[in-house]
Amino acid sequence: MWKKCFRNKMFVFSFVVLVPIVAIALFGPWIAPHDPLKIRPDLTLRPSMPGYWLGTDEFGRDILSRLIFGIRPSMIVALGSTALALLLGTVMGVAAGYFKGWTEQIVLRVIDIVLCFPPILLALMVVGFWGGGVRNLIIIIGIVYAPHFGRIAHSATLQVRSLEYVESELSLGATHWRVLTKSILPNVLSPLIIQVSLTVAAAILLESGLSFLGLGVVPPEPSWGQMIGDARGYIHLHPMYVIWPSLCLGITILAINLMGDSLRDILDPKLKGR
Amino acid sequence: MARFLVGKLLVMVLQVFVVATIVFSLVRLMPGDPAVLVLGTERGADPAAVAEMRHRLGLDQPVFKQFAAWIGDFVRFDWGESIFDGTKVTDYMAQRLPNTIELAVVSIVLAALIGVPLGMVAAVRRGGFVDMLLSSIAALGISFPVYVLGTFLILLFSFKLGWLPASGFASFSDDPAKHIERLVLPAFTLALGLAAAIARMTRSSILEVLNKEFVLTLRAKGVSSAGVLIRHVFRNAVIPVVTIIGLQLGNLIGGTVLIEYLFNWPGMSTLLVKAISNRDYPLIQGCIVVMSTFFIVINMLVNMLYGLLDPRVR
Repeated sequence: MWKKCFRNKMFVFSFVVLVPIVAIALFGPWIAPHDPLKIRPDLTLRPSMPGYWLGTDEFGRDILSRLIFGIRPSMIVALGSTALALLLGTVMGVAAGYFKGWTEQIVLRVIDIVLCFPPILLALMVVGFWGGGVRNLIIIIGIVYAPHFGRIAHSATLQVRSLEYVESELSLGATHWRVLTKSILPNVLSPLIIQVSLTVAAAILLESGLSFLGLGVVPPEPSWGQMIGDARGYIHLHPMYVIWPSLCLGITILAINLMGDSLRDILDPKLKGR
Repeated sequence: MARFLVGKLLVMVLQVFVVATIVFSLVRLMPGDPAVLVLGTERGADPAAVAEMRHRLGLDQPVFKQFAAWIGDFVRFDWGESIFDGTKVTDYMAQRLPNTIELAVVSIVLAALIGVPLGMVAAVRRGGFVDMLLSSIAALGISFPVYVLGTFLILLFSFKLGWLPASGFASFSDDPAKHIERLVLPAFTLALGLAAAIARMTRSSILEVLNKEFVLTLRAKGVSSAGVLIRHVFRNAVIPVVTIIGLQLGNLIGGTVLIEYLFNWPGMSTLLVKAISNRDYPLIQGCIVVMSTFFIVINMLVNMLYGLLDPRVR
């Protein structure tokens, strides 16, 4: 499996980008040269210089340290909301596909309603009434992306359910719970795992978008999207201030997307080239 | 055709009703007392003021009565006033919605104008320069958030080259040239992502049709290759392209939220962001209902377009 992965160039590229990012997220506090929240009125909007390798922002805070600390909230939100979406979507989709009848009707209608909004609008609607912050973002983004998992789990379950071994298990007297956990779930998992990487990338996009608007991660805690939003006002004075977080964000999402694509090729060679 | 249209309209009305219901319930599901939140911490401590505000917001009525009243007001376009400055919510909508529609429509047109020819060239010269360029741009396009792309365009065209202003707005009636100058960058930024998706879909859908036997027949008959491509292949390939435009509209609306903010474009989204920061609930409600309805209406128009393009859908 690992050998197969490392023969894929896209996978190697994304691996090389993502491993350091995850490491920096984990060990950020020990790597960062400065306190990301420390205000230095004498050092505002400086270009790069010794000690402050990427310069300082409008409050004289070190941009490099803020970039390092800014990974963590995005990662927590992305992983947390994806886990929530996976859990919610799988439970709803599998239940709908397995039990059919009114369960299926209700689940599919709810999915339709959620999908009829653009994700960011739905997220803004909830943030507008409940406020931002990491915990709320995980819940909101998790709910926004749950329908995608729900649809995939639903159609996969319908497929598996019609297979003969499920029927034979039921006729042998197995409980629904046993059939669901032992036969259905393991067989619907692989399309869901492919969806996970797509959702992680989408969740980072959505989180950074909300933070960019000033409605996501609550300042002064740094996040890449929020840094871009703040830097937008100083684009003419200090262009590098906006360029660094933009590059970090773009390259990270690119790497996650490529990892998803390469995993799909590796796990499911039938789909290659689509 | 009439039945098809009436059916679609009914679905649309139902969707708008669902949106209104959700917006209604969100305010009621808010943690804490909305009246206290509206008044703020200082005046929220005064029970008389809270009671008065509860009455003004209709919160002292049973939920079903509140809901009926809300739907009634909603249908009569009585959406209340902004808590912040007392302006009627509908006045705000009338002022801001045209700007958002303009931005969205110009972007879609621009995206189609860029994407369709690019996709056609990529399909005909498969594996050539345009084809390679397209696939690499598309990979970057889905990864770089639209506002990052916009930032880079500002840096290039406004900061480095000085061709276009970085942000702002001028009304068309005051100064058409200035207005268009300030529309170019945001519209182009929004169009790029959509154009990449359109080009990719055009390419694959044209390649599929090119392999059909009737194309071979036309060629054998002696029709020029340009004639085959435009009159026969493109007409058969256009429906998936319209589909992808429809599917991407959600992204486009999401994109306008971020792009309007980046370029200080006075549309619905900048209003919504400001309303959220000010905790101006009637205004938030109005913005969300209008933007969702806008989204639903566009989806519906795309659906109707299928009906016109492909009689089989009707």
